[in-house]
Amino acid sequence: MSDFPEYESNSPSLTVEQALTNLQQKEDLGLRYYAAWWLGRFRVSEPKAMNLLMEALTDDTDRTPDGGYPLRRNAATALGKLEATTAVPALIDCLTCEDYYVRESAAQALEMIGDQRAIPALIDLLDGGVEAAVQVVGKPHLRQPYEAILEALGTLGVKNSILLIEPFLGHSTEKVQYAAARALYQLTGQNIYGDRLIQALDGKDLQLRRSALMDLGAIGYLSAAEPIYNTLAENSLKLIALKGLLENHLKDHNNVLSDESKHVMGLMDGLL
Amino acid sequence: MKTMENHVTELIQAVEKADTSEGLLDAVKALCAVRHQAAIPTLIEVLKYNNPGAAVAAVDGLIEIGEIAVSPILEQVDGYNYGARAWATRALAGIGDPRALELLLDAALNDFSLSVRRAAAKGLGSIRWDKISGEDAQTAQEEVLNALIKVSHDPEWVVRYAAVVGLENFAVSTKGTFELDKIFERFQEMKGSETEQVICARIQLAESVLNFSS
Repeated sequence: MSDFPEYESNSPSLTVEQALTNLQQKEDLGLRYYAAWWLGRFRVSEPKAMNLLMEALTDDTDRTPDGGYPLRRNAATALGKLEATTAVPALIDCLTCEDYYVRESAAQALEMIGDQRAIPALIDLLDGGVEAAVQVVGKPHLRQPYEAILEALGTLGVKNSILLIEPFLGHSTEKVQYAAARALYQLTGQNIYGDRLIQALDGKDLQLRRSALMDLGAIGYLSAAEPIYNTLAENSLKLIALKGLLENHLKDHNNVLSDESKHVMGLMDGLL
Repeated sequence: MKTMENHVTELIQAVEKADTSEGLLDAVKALCAVRHQAAIPTLIEVLKYNNPGAAVAAVDGLIEIGEIAVSPILEQVDGYNYGARAWATRALAGIGDPRALELLLDAALNDFSLSVRRAAAKGLGSIRWDKISGEDAQTAQEEVLNALIKVSHDPEWVVRYAAVVGLENFAVSTKGTFELDKIFERFQEMKGSETEQVICARIQLAESVLNFSS
C-alpha cells in the first residue's frame, strides 16, 4: 500500500433520497450494502435513515457463503457514526449475533455512541478471560472481537473492568495487547500504558505501527508526539494521530495555545 | 583512485540492490548524503517504491539538491501512482522553485488524492518569489492567493489545515506586502464556520505569527 486508502475521494456519489431508496429495495444487495455505509459516512441522521438502518440490523436476506451478515455489519457501523442512542438496545442484541464481524461492528458502534447500557453485555464477551481468547479453528479471527471490546470499555470509562483488562496485555496477539494498553491508559491515566504503545511504534511490522498510531491518537498521549512524527509510516496516518493528541490537549486547556500545542502543530506542518 | 562519479554509481547500485526496508532506507540516506546531481533519477525512482521511510529520505535528499532537481521531477511525476505523486509534490514544495508553480496550483485544486492536495497547498506558500521578475511575480502571487483561499474550503480537514499553513507561509514569503487583509479576513471567516478544533488552533497560531511579524 503506497498511502492510506482514500475511499472518500473515490466513492460514487449518492443523494440522501437515493441512499434511502437503495436501502429499502431488496433486489440489488450490493446497492443496499453500499447505501448503509454511505448513510454513516455522510452522517445522515434523519429519523428515516436511523429506522431503516435499525431494521437492517436484523436483515436475513444478505448472507455470505459462510453465514455472515454483511448488511448488518454496515448498518451497525453506520449507526455508530450517527451516534444513534435509540439503536443502543438493538446494537446490544448484535453483540450475541453468530457473525463475528457483526459483533465487532456493534462493539465499535457502542463505543462511538458512548452509552453506559452497553457495559454488561460487553463485559460478558470477556468471559473466560485471556485463556479463552484463542483463535477460532479455520477462521482468521479470535473467539470474540477483543480489540473492539477492550477499546469500548476504555472509552466508556468502565473502571471496574481494569482487573479484567490487565491480563490482555499478555495476549499473544499484538493488536489485542495494544487495545488493552489503550484502554488501561484511558482508565488509569498511567504513563506505562501509553509508553507501551510508543514502544510499538518501533516495531518491525508496518501494520502494527499503524495500529499503534491510531491508538495513540485516540488516547491523546502527548509524550508520543515525537515518536509519532519519527515512526516509519504514512504521513496521512501520522497526521491523524497528531490531530488526536492536539484535540485532547486543546480540550484540557480550553483552546488556549500552549507551547505543547504549538510544538505538535510544528510537527504536523512538517508532515504535510 | 576512486572518482566521485564511481562512488555515486556504487551508491546508486546499493539502492537498486537493497532487498529489505532497512537496507533500502540506509542506502537512500547514503546516496542523499553526497548531494550529487547524478543521484536525482534514482531518488525520484525511490518515490514509487511504496516504502514511506525511504520516500521521506529521498524527498529530503531531493530538497537538499534543490533547483537542479526540479526539471527531472516535473518530467517524471507519475500520473498514475498517487503515492509517488504526493512525494514528488512534497519535494517540489520543499524546493520552492517557481517552475513548479503550475503543477502545484493544479495539484492543490484538482488532484483527487488528499495527500497530493495537502502537499501542494503547503508548497504554494513557499515559492521563492525572488526568482521571478516583478510583474510576473505579481500575477503569480494573485493566482496563488486565490488558489489557497479556494483550497481552504476543501472537504478534507487535512487539506484545509495545509491551506492555513500555506496562507501563513505565503504572507511570510511575500513579506506581508500582498493582500494581507484578505488572508486575515479568510482566517476570520474560517474560525466562524470550522468544526475542526485543530484548524482553529492552527489559524490562531498563524495569526499570532503574522501579527508579530507585520
